[in-house]
Amino acid sequence: MPETVKQRVIQIIADQAILEVSDISMSQTLEELGIDSMGLVESIFAIEEAFDIQVPFNANDPEASDFDISSVASIVSAVEKLVADQTA
Amino acid sequence: MKRVVITGAGTINALGHNVPATLEAMREGRCGIGPLEIRDVERLSVQIGGQVHGYDPETHFNRQQISLYDRFTQFTLLAAKEAVEEAGLTFEGEFATQSGVVLGTAGGGVNTWDENYRTVYEEGKNRVHPFVVPKLMNNAAASHVSMEWNLKGPSFTVATACASSNHAMGQAFHMIRSGMTKVMITGGSESMLCFGGVKAWEGLRVMSKDACRPFSANRNGMVQGEGAAVFVFEDYDHAKARGATMLAEVVGFAMTSDASDIVMPSKQGAARAISGALKDAGLNRDQIGYINAHGTGTAANDKTECAAVADVFGHHADELMISSTKSMHGHLIGGTGAVELLACIMALRDGIIAPTIGYEEPDPECALDVVPNEAREAKVDAVLTNAFAFGGLNAVLAMRRV
Repeated sequence: MPETVKQRVIQIIADQAILEVSDISMSQTLEELGIDSMGLVESIFAIEEAFDIQVPFNANDPEASDFDISSVASIVSAVEKLVADQTA
Repeated sequence: MKRVVITGAGTINALGHNVPATLEAMREGRCGIGPLEIRDVERLSVQIGGQVHGYDPETHFNRQQISLYDRFTQFTLLAAKEAVEEAGLTFEGEFATQSGVVLGTAGGGVNTWDENYRTVYEEGKNRVHPFVVPKLMNNAAASHVSMEWNLKGPSFTVATACASSNHAMGQAFHMIRSGMTKVMITGGSESMLCFGGVKAWEGLRVMSKDACRPFSANRNGMVQGEGAAVFVFEDYDHAKARGATMLAEVVGFAMTSDASDIVMPSKQGAARAISGALKDAGLNRDQIGYINAHGTGTAANDKTECAAVADVFGHHADELMISSTKSMHGHLIGGTGAVELLACIMALRDGIIAPTIGYEEPDPECALDVVPNEAREAKVDAVLTNAFAFGGLNAVLAMRRV
Protein backbone atom coordinates (compact mmCIF):
# COMPACT_ATOMS: atom_id res chain seq x y z
CA MET A 1 0.00 0.00 0.00
CA PRO A 2 1.49 3.42 -0.91
CA GLU A 3 2.29 5.78 1.88
CA THR A 4 -0.50 8.30 2.51
CA VAL A 5 0.01 12.05 2.88
CA LYS A 6 -0.85 11.65 6.54
CA GLN A 7 1.78 8.98 7.12
CA ARG A 8 4.43 10.99 5.37
CA VAL A 9 3.65 14.21 7.26
CA ILE A 10 3.71 12.37 10.58
CA GLN A 11 7.04 10.83 9.62
CA ILE A 12 8.46 14.30 8.91
CA ILE A 13 7.16 15.64 12.23
CA ALA A 14 8.49 12.59 14.08
CA ASP A 15 11.91 13.05 12.49
CA GLN A 16 11.94 16.69 13.53
CA ALA A 17 10.86 15.88 17.09
CA ILE A 18 13.30 12.95 17.25
CA LEU A 19 10.45 10.62 18.23
CA GLU A 20 9.02 7.35 16.90
CA VAL A 21 6.01 7.67 14.60
CA SER A 22 4.05 5.64 17.16
CA ASP A 23 4.72 8.33 19.76
CA ILE A 24 2.94 11.02 17.74
CA SER A 25 -0.77 11.58 18.33
CA MET A 26 -2.95 13.64 16.02
CA SER A 27 -4.15 15.97 18.75
CA GLN A 28 -0.68 17.03 19.86
CA THR A 29 0.67 20.51 19.20
CA LEU A 30 4.16 21.11 17.88
CA GLU A 31 5.03 22.72 21.18
CA GLU A 32 4.04 19.54 23.03
CA LEU A 33 6.30 17.64 20.66
CA GLY A 34 9.18 19.97 21.50
CA ILE A 35 9.32 21.55 18.02
CA ASP A 36 10.27 25.24 18.25
CA SER A 37 10.00 27.95 15.59
CA MET A 38 13.17 26.84 13.84
CA GLY A 39 12.00 23.23 13.91
CA LEU A 40 8.72 24.35 12.41
CA VAL A 41 10.43 26.16 9.54
CA GLU A 42 12.53 23.05 8.89
CA SER A 43 9.43 20.82 8.97
CA ILE A 44 7.68 23.04 6.44
CA PHE A 45 10.71 22.91 4.21
CA ALA A 46 10.71 19.09 4.45
CA ILE A 47 6.98 19.00 3.63
CA GLU A 48 7.48 21.24 0.60
CA GLU A 49 10.29 19.03 -0.63
CA ALA A 50 8.38 15.79 0.00
CA PHE A 51 5.20 16.81 -1.84
CA ASP A 52 6.63 19.41 -4.22
CA ILE A 53 4.20 22.02 -2.94
CA GLN A 54 4.43 25.64 -1.74
CA VAL A 55 3.31 26.07 1.85
CA PRO A 56 2.09 29.61 2.56
CA PHE A 57 3.79 30.36 5.85
CA ASN A 58 5.39 33.50 7.29
CA ALA A 59 7.14 33.05 10.62
CA ASN A 60 6.25 36.62 11.56
CA ASP A 61 2.57 35.85 11.61
CA PRO A 62 1.83 32.12 11.60
CA GLU A 63 -1.89 32.68 12.22
CA ALA A 64 -2.33 34.95 9.19
CA SER A 65 -1.73 32.20 6.64
CA ASP A 66 -4.27 29.53 5.67
CA PHE A 67 -1.82 26.90 6.77
CA ASP A 68 -3.06 25.84 10.21
CA ILE A 69 -0.21 24.65 12.43
CA SER A 70 -2.17 24.34 15.67
CA SER A 71 -1.89 20.53 15.85
CA VAL A 72 -0.53 17.50 14.01
CA ALA A 73 -4.06 16.87 12.67
CA SER A 74 -4.42 20.41 11.35
CA ILE A 75 -1.06 20.25 9.62
CA VAL A 76 -1.95 16.91 8.02
CA SER A 77 -5.26 18.24 6.70
CA ALA A 78 -3.63 21.47 5.46
CA VAL A 79 -1.04 19.46 3.56
CA GLU A 80 -3.72 17.10 2.19
CA LYS A 81 -5.57 20.14 0.87
CA LEU A 82 -2.45 21.62 -0.75
CA VAL A 83 -1.63 18.26 -2.37
CA ALA A 84 -5.23 17.89 -3.61
CA ASP A 85 -5.23 21.48 -4.97
CA GLN A 86 -2.04 20.76 -6.83
CA THR A 87 -3.34 17.62 -8.55
CA ALA A 88 -6.76 19.15 -9.26
CA MET B 1 40.96 59.52 26.48
CA LYS B 2 40.53 61.34 23.19
CA ARG B 3 37.23 62.70 21.95
CA VAL B 4 36.04 61.33 18.61
CA VAL B 5 34.09 63.31 16.02
CA ILE B 6 32.70 62.60 12.58
CA THR B 7 34.11 64.93 9.94
CA GLY B 8 32.87 63.32 6.76
CA ALA B 9 30.00 61.14 5.55
CA GLY B 10 29.19 59.39 2.31
CA THR B 11 26.59 56.93 1.10
CA ILE B 12 24.79 55.24 -1.73
CA ASN B 13 21.60 53.34 -0.98
CA ALA B 14 18.04 52.94 -2.18
CA LEU B 15 17.13 56.43 -0.98
CA GLY B 16 19.89 58.32 -2.75
CA HIS B 17 23.34 58.22 -4.29
CA ASN B 18 24.83 60.61 -1.73
CA VAL B 19 24.22 61.99 1.77
CA PRO B 20 22.11 65.06 0.88
CA ALA B 21 19.75 62.99 -1.31
CA THR B 22 19.46 60.31 1.37
CA LEU B 23 18.71 62.77 4.16
CA GLU B 24 16.17 64.55 1.99
CA ALA B 25 14.39 61.24 1.38
CA MET B 26 14.45 60.49 5.12
CA ARG B 27 13.00 63.93 5.89
CA GLU B 28 10.26 63.37 3.38
CA GLY B 29 9.60 59.83 4.58
CA ARG B 30 10.11 58.46 1.09
CA CYS B 31 10.18 54.71 0.49
CA GLY B 32 13.09 53.28 -1.47
CA ILE B 33 11.65 49.77 -1.45
CA GLY B 34 10.13 48.48 -4.68
CA PRO B 35 10.06 45.62 -7.18
CA LEU B 36 13.44 43.93 -7.54
CA GLU B 37 15.08 44.16 -10.93
CA ILE B 38 17.37 41.15 -10.90
CA ARG B 39 17.90 38.03 -12.98
CA ASP B 40 15.42 35.18 -12.32
CA VAL B 41 13.30 37.36 -10.05
CA GLU B 42 10.23 35.41 -11.21
CA ARG B 43 11.57 32.35 -9.39
CA LEU B 44 11.67 34.21 -6.08
CA SER B 45 8.73 34.29 -3.70
CA VAL B 46 10.02 37.58 -2.26
CA GLN B 47 10.26 40.07 -5.13
CA ILE B 48 10.80 43.41 -3.39
CA GLY B 49 13.86 45.12 -1.99
CA GLY B 50 15.59 48.41 -1.31
CA GLN B 51 17.63 48.28 -4.49
CA VAL B 52 19.98 51.00 -5.72
CA HIS B 53 18.45 52.19 -8.99
CA GLY B 54 19.78 54.51 -11.69
CA TYR B 55 23.26 53.22 -11.03
CA ASP B 56 25.69 52.39 -13.82
CA PRO B 57 29.12 51.21 -12.63
CA GLU B 58 30.70 52.32 -15.89
CA THR B 59 30.05 55.98 -15.14
CA HIS B 60 32.26 55.65 -12.06
CA PHE B 61 34.77 52.92 -12.81
CA ASN B 62 36.74 51.66 -15.79
CA ARG B 63 36.56 48.09 -17.08
CA GLN B 64 39.68 46.97 -15.30
CA GLN B 65 38.36 48.29 -12.00
CA ILE B 66 34.97 46.64 -12.51
CA SER B 67 36.72 43.31 -13.05
CA LEU B 68 38.06 43.69 -9.49
CA TYR B 69 35.19 45.52 -7.74
CA ASP B 70 32.12 43.57 -6.68
CA ARG B 71 29.02 45.72 -6.30
CA PHE B 72 29.58 45.96 -2.52
CA THR B 73 33.10 47.31 -3.17
CA GLN B 74 31.82 49.79 -5.75
CA PHE B 75 29.27 51.13 -3.28
CA THR B 76 31.94 51.39 -0.61
CA LEU B 77 34.35 53.30 -2.83
CA LEU B 78 31.68 55.81 -3.85
CA ALA B 79 30.61 56.37 -0.24
CA ALA B 80 34.25 56.67 0.89
CA LYS B 81 34.95 59.28 -1.80
CA GLU B 82 32.08 61.45 -0.62
CA ALA B 83 33.15 61.11 3.02
CA VAL B 84 36.87 61.76 2.56
CA GLU B 85 36.25 64.70 0.24
CA GLU B 86 33.87 66.23 2.76
CA ALA B 87 36.45 65.82 5.51
CA GLY B 88 39.02 67.45 3.25
CA LEU B 89 41.85 65.16 4.29
CA THR B 90 44.85 63.96 2.31
CA PHE B 91 46.77 61.01 3.67
CA GLU B 92 50.51 61.40 3.36
CA GLY B 93 53.68 60.50 5.26
CA GLU B 94 53.40 59.64 8.96
CA PHE B 95 49.70 60.59 9.01
CA ALA B 96 48.97 58.01 6.28
CA THR B 97 50.84 55.26 8.11
CA GLN B 98 48.62 55.75 11.18
CA SER B 99 45.29 56.12 9.42
CA GLY B 100 43.27 53.04 8.54
CA VAL B 101 39.93 51.70 7.41
CA VAL B 102 37.59 49.35 9.29
CA LEU B 103 34.43 48.33 7.49
CA GLY B 104 31.53 45.99 8.10
CA THR B 105 29.93 43.58 5.68
CA ALA B 106 28.07 40.34 6.27
CA GLY B 107 28.38 38.70 2.88
CA GLY B 108 31.10 40.54 0.98
CA GLY B 109 30.95 39.89 -2.74
CA VAL B 110 27.72 37.92 -2.81
CA ASN B 111 26.98 38.92 -6.41
CA THR B 112 30.37 37.58 -7.43
CA TRP B 113 29.72 34.23 -5.72
CA ASP B 114 26.29 34.11 -7.36
CA GLU B 115 27.48 34.92 -10.88
CA ASN B 116 30.36 32.49 -10.77
CA TYR B 117 28.36 29.61 -9.30
CA ARG B 118 26.03 30.13 -12.24
CA THR B 119 28.98 29.86 -14.58
CA VAL B 120 30.23 26.57 -13.20
CA TYR B 121 26.99 24.89 -12.05
CA GLU B 122 24.28 26.23 -14.36
CA GLU B 123 26.28 26.84 -17.50
CA GLY B 124 28.58 23.91 -16.84
CA LYS B 125 31.75 25.84 -17.60
CA ASN B 126 35.00 24.71 -16.06
CA ARG B 127 36.70 28.08 -15.90
CA VAL B 128 35.98 31.34 -14.07
CA HIS B 129 37.53 34.80 -14.27
CA PRO B 130 40.97 34.95 -12.60
CA PHE B 131 39.90 37.67 -10.11
CA VAL B 132 36.94 35.90 -8.56
CA VAL B 133 38.65 35.45 -5.19
CA PRO B 134 40.01 39.00 -4.77
CA LYS B 135 36.64 40.30 -5.92
CA LEU B 136 34.42 38.35 -3.52
CA MET B 137 36.52 38.41 -0.34
CA ASN B 138 34.91 40.27 2.56
CA ASN B 139 37.89 42.58 2.98
CA ALA B 140 38.01 43.60 -0.68
CA ALA B 141 36.15 46.85 -0.04
CA ALA B 142 38.38 47.86 2.90
CA SER B 143 41.50 47.04 0.90
CA HIS B 144 40.40 49.06 -2.13
CA VAL B 145 39.53 52.03 0.10
CA SER B 146 42.99 51.80 1.66
CA MET B 147 44.60 51.75 -1.80
CA GLU B 148 42.46 54.59 -3.12
CA TRP B 149 43.23 56.91 -0.20
CA ASN B 150 46.70 55.72 0.86
CA LEU B 151 45.57 54.46 4.27
CA LYS B 152 48.44 52.41 5.68
CA GLY B 153 47.39 51.96 9.30
CA PRO B 154 45.14 49.38 11.00
CA SER B 155 42.68 48.10 8.40
CA PHE B 156 40.30 45.15 8.40
CA THR B 157 36.74 44.00 7.89
CA VAL B 158 34.25 42.96 10.53
CA ALA B 159 31.55 40.40 9.76
CA THR B 160 28.87 40.09 12.42
CA ALA B 161 25.81 39.79 10.20
CA CYS B 162 23.40 42.67 10.84
CA ALA B 163 25.67 44.30 13.42
CA SER B 164 28.80 44.38 11.19
CA SER B 165 28.82 48.14 10.59
CA ASN B 166 28.20 49.02 14.22
CA HIS B 167 30.96 46.69 15.34
CA ALA B 168 33.27 48.20 12.69
CA MET B 169 32.49 51.77 13.71
CA GLY B 170 32.93 50.79 17.35
CA GLN B 171 36.44 49.56 16.55
CA ALA B 172 37.29 52.80 14.75
CA PHE B 173 35.93 54.75 17.73
CA HIS B 174 38.05 52.75 20.18
CA MET B 175 41.21 53.22 18.13
CA ILE B 176 40.88 56.99 18.05
CA ARG B 177 39.66 57.31 21.62
CA SER B 178 42.66 55.36 22.89
CA GLY B 179 45.05 57.64 21.01
CA MET B 180 46.23 54.84 18.72
CA THR B 181 45.38 56.83 15.60
CA LYS B 182 43.98 60.24 14.63
CA VAL B 183 41.71 59.28 11.75
CA MET B 184 39.83 56.16 10.72
CA ILE B 185 37.62 55.57 7.71
CA THR B 186 34.73 53.37 8.82
CA GLY B 187 31.21 52.21 8.03
CA GLY B 188 29.95 49.32 5.98
CA SER B 189 28.46 47.95 2.84
CA GLU B 190 26.26 45.15 1.54
CA SER B 191 24.98 43.96 -1.78
CA MET B 192 23.17 40.65 -1.69
CA LEU B 193 20.15 41.50 -3.81
CA CYS B 194 20.79 38.77 -6.33
CA PHE B 195 18.94 35.50 -6.93
CA GLY B 196 21.02 33.43 -4.52
CA GLY B 197 21.16 36.16 -1.90
CA VAL B 198 17.41 36.64 -1.73
CA LYS B 199 16.66 32.92 -2.11
CA ALA B 200 18.75 32.17 0.98
CA TRP B 201 16.76 34.70 3.01
CA GLU B 202 13.45 33.39 1.74
CA GLY B 203 14.23 30.08 3.38
CA LEU B 204 14.01 31.56 6.85
CA ARG B 205 10.40 32.65 6.28
CA VAL B 206 10.94 36.01 7.91
CA MET B 207 10.76 38.18 4.78
CA SER B 208 7.82 40.39 3.88
CA LYS B 209 6.40 40.16 0.39
CA ASP B 210 4.88 43.65 0.43
CA ALA B 211 6.53 46.18 2.79
CA CYS B 212 8.76 46.74 5.81
CA ARG B 213 6.51 48.07 8.59
CA PRO B 214 8.56 48.18 11.79
CA PHE B 215 6.62 48.34 15.07
CA SER B 216 3.27 48.24 13.26
CA ALA B 217 0.92 45.52 14.56
CA ASN B 218 0.43 44.25 11.00
CA ARG B 219 4.17 44.00 10.23
CA ASN B 220 5.04 40.81 8.42
CA GLY B 221 8.77 40.71 8.10
CA MET B 222 11.94 42.31 6.87
CA VAL B 223 12.85 43.62 3.43
CA GLN B 224 16.43 43.53 2.21
CA GLY B 225 18.27 46.61 1.01
CA GLU B 226 21.72 47.28 -0.44
CA GLY B 227 24.28 50.04 -0.46
CA ALA B 228 26.99 51.53 1.72
CA ALA B 229 27.74 54.34 4.10
CA VAL B 230 31.24 55.44 5.06
CA PHE B 231 32.41 58.00 7.61
CA VAL B 232 35.56 59.79 8.64
CA PHE B 233 36.06 59.40 12.39
CA GLU B 234 38.63 61.86 13.70
CA ASP B 235 40.32 62.87 16.92
CA TYR B 236 38.51 66.00 18.14
CA ASP B 237 41.70 68.01 18.73
CA HIS B 238 43.02 67.06 15.29
CA ALA B 239 39.75 68.10 13.65
CA LYS B 240 39.59 71.32 15.64
CA ALA B 241 43.18 72.28 14.86
CA ARG B 242 42.55 72.05 11.13
CA GLY B 243 39.16 73.80 11.36
CA ALA B 244 37.18 70.79 10.13
CA THR B 245 33.38 70.78 10.20
CA MET B 246 32.16 68.31 12.80
CA LEU B 247 28.92 66.49 12.00
CA ALA B 248 28.54 64.81 15.38
CA GLU B 249 30.55 63.32 18.22
CA VAL B 250 30.74 59.60 18.93
CA VAL B 251 30.75 59.21 22.70
CA GLY B 252 30.12 55.60 23.58
CA PHE B 253 30.04 52.04 22.35
CA ALA B 254 29.08 48.71 23.82
CA MET B 255 28.83 45.19 22.52
CA THR B 256 27.31 42.08 24.04
CA SER B 257 26.54 38.50 23.10
CA ASP B 258 23.22 36.83 23.93
CA ALA B 259 24.86 33.41 24.10
CA SER B 260 21.43 31.86 23.65
CA ASP B 261 20.01 31.35 20.17
CA ILE B 262 21.31 31.58 16.59
CA VAL B 263 18.30 33.56 15.32
CA MET B 264 15.93 34.55 18.14
CA PRO B 265 16.85 37.87 19.77
CA SER B 266 17.22 38.26 23.53
CA LYS B 267 15.87 41.18 25.50
CA GLN B 268 18.66 40.87 28.07
CA GLY B 269 21.45 40.89 25.47
CA ALA B 270 19.99 43.95 23.75
CA ALA B 271 19.37 45.76 27.04
CA ARG B 272 22.93 45.11 28.22
CA ALA B 273 24.30 46.61 25.00
CA ILE B 274 22.06 49.68 25.29
CA SER B 275 22.88 50.33 28.93
CA GLY B 276 26.53 49.55 28.24
CA ALA B 277 26.69 52.25 25.56
CA LEU B 278 25.11 54.77 27.94
CA LYS B 279 27.59 53.91 30.65
CA ASP B 280 30.55 54.04 28.27
CA ALA B 281 29.38 57.46 27.06
CA GLY B 282 28.83 58.76 30.58
CA LEU B 283 25.28 59.70 29.60
CA ASN B 284 22.21 59.55 31.79
CA ARG B 285 19.13 57.83 30.44
CA ASP B 286 17.16 61.05 30.28
CA GLN B 287 19.74 62.69 28.02
CA ILE B 288 18.85 60.38 25.12
CA GLY B 289 16.32 62.06 22.85
CA TYR B 290 16.33 59.61 19.97
CA ILE B 291 17.19 55.99 19.25
CA ASN B 292 17.71 54.72 15.76
CA ALA B 293 16.23 51.28 16.22
CA HIS B 294 17.38 48.02 14.75
CA GLY B 295 13.65 47.78 13.88
CA THR B 296 13.71 45.07 11.23
CA GLY B 297 9.95 44.70 10.92
CA THR B 298 9.97 41.09 12.08
CA ALA B 299 7.59 40.03 14.83
CA ALA B 300 10.44 38.92 17.07
CA ASN B 301 12.91 41.78 16.73
CA ASP B 302 10.57 44.69 17.19
CA LYS B 303 8.84 43.50 20.33
CA THR B 304 12.12 42.36 21.89
CA GLU B 305 13.82 45.65 21.06
CA CYS B 306 10.95 47.72 22.51
CA ALA B 307 11.00 45.62 25.66
CA ALA B 308 14.76 46.12 25.99
CA VAL B 309 14.41 49.89 25.55
CA ALA B 310 11.58 49.99 28.10
CA ASP B 311 13.72 48.00 30.55
CA VAL B 312 16.75 50.25 30.22
CA PHE B 313 14.97 53.62 30.10
CA GLY B 314 12.08 53.09 32.51
CA HIS B 315 9.74 56.11 32.44
CA HIS B 316 12.01 57.96 30.03
CA ALA B 317 11.19 55.31 27.36
CA ASP B 318 7.87 57.10 26.90
CA GLU B 319 9.58 60.43 26.32
CA LEU B 320 12.25 59.51 23.81
CA MET B 321 11.70 58.93 20.09
CA ILE B 322 12.68 55.68 18.40
CA SER B 323 12.38 55.08 14.68
CA SER B 324 13.43 52.51 12.13
CA THR B 325 14.65 53.89 8.83
CA LYS B 326 14.73 50.33 7.46
CA SER B 327 11.13 51.06 6.53
CA MET B 328 12.60 53.34 3.82
CA HIS B 329 15.95 51.88 2.75
CA GLY B 330 15.40 48.26 3.70
CA HIS B 331 17.73 46.13 5.78
CA LEU B 332 21.26 46.53 4.47
CA ILE B 333 22.41 43.60 6.63
CA GLY B 334 26.13 44.23 7.27
CA GLY B 335 25.87 47.80 5.95
CA THR B 336 22.74 48.76 7.79
CA GLY B 337 24.21 50.41 10.90
CA ALA B 338 26.30 52.71 8.72
CA VAL B 339 23.36 54.00 6.67
CA GLU B 340 21.34 54.35 9.87
CA LEU B 341 24.09 56.46 11.44
CA LEU B 342 23.10 59.11 8.87
CA ALA B 343 19.70 59.41 10.55
CA CYS B 344 21.50 59.97 13.87
CA ILE B 345 23.63 62.74 12.35
CA MET B 346 20.47 64.34 10.93
CA ALA B 347 18.81 64.20 14.35
CA LEU B 348 21.76 65.78 16.15
CA ARG B 349 22.90 68.31 13.55
CA ASP B 350 19.67 69.27 11.80
CA GLY B 351 17.15 68.59 14.56
CA ILE B 352 15.10 66.35 12.28
CA ILE B 353 14.01 62.89 13.36
CA ALA B 354 13.63 60.39 10.52
CA PRO B 355 10.27 58.61 10.62
CA THR B 356 9.23 54.97 10.69
CA ILE B 357 7.18 54.83 7.51
CA GLY B 358 4.59 52.20 6.61
CA TYR B 359 3.23 52.41 10.12
CA GLU B 360 -0.43 51.41 10.10
CA GLU B 361 -1.55 49.86 13.38
CA PRO B 362 -0.29 50.37 16.93
CA ASP B 363 1.12 47.24 18.57
CA PRO B 364 0.74 47.10 22.36
CA GLU B 365 4.07 45.24 22.46
CA CYS B 366 5.78 48.18 20.73
CA ALA B 367 4.14 51.01 22.64
CA LEU B 368 6.86 53.65 22.18
CA ASP B 369 6.96 56.88 20.16
CA VAL B 370 8.12 55.38 16.87
CA VAL B 371 7.81 58.67 14.94
CA PRO B 372 5.16 57.17 12.67
CA ASN B 373 5.17 58.04 8.97
CA GLU B 374 6.31 61.66 9.17
CA ALA B 375 9.62 63.19 10.13
CA ARG B 376 9.60 65.44 13.14
CA GLU B 377 11.53 68.52 14.19
CA ALA B 378 13.07 68.11 17.61
CA LYS B 379 16.22 69.27 19.30
CA VAL B 380 18.09 66.28 20.66
CA ASP B 381 21.41 66.32 22.47
CA ALA B 382 22.29 62.64 22.46
CA VAL B 383 21.20 59.57 20.52
CA LEU B 384 21.79 55.84 20.33
CA THR B 385 21.87 53.53 17.34
CA ASN B 386 21.10 49.85 17.81
CA ALA B 387 22.19 46.80 15.86
CA PHE B 388 21.26 43.29 16.96
CA ALA B 389 22.61 40.52 14.75
CA PHE B 390 21.64 36.95 14.06
CA GLY B 391 23.91 34.94 16.26
CA GLY B 392 22.96 37.16 19.18
CA LEU B 393 25.74 39.71 18.71
CA ASN B 394 24.68 43.22 19.70
CA ALA B 395 26.43 46.55 19.13
CA VAL B 396 25.16 49.98 20.19
CA LEU B 397 26.80 53.36 19.56
CA ALA B 398 26.08 56.57 21.47
CA MET B 399 26.45 59.98 19.84
CA ARG B 400 26.15 63.63 20.84
CA ARG B 401 25.70 66.97 19.23
CA VAL B 402 28.92 68.98 18.83
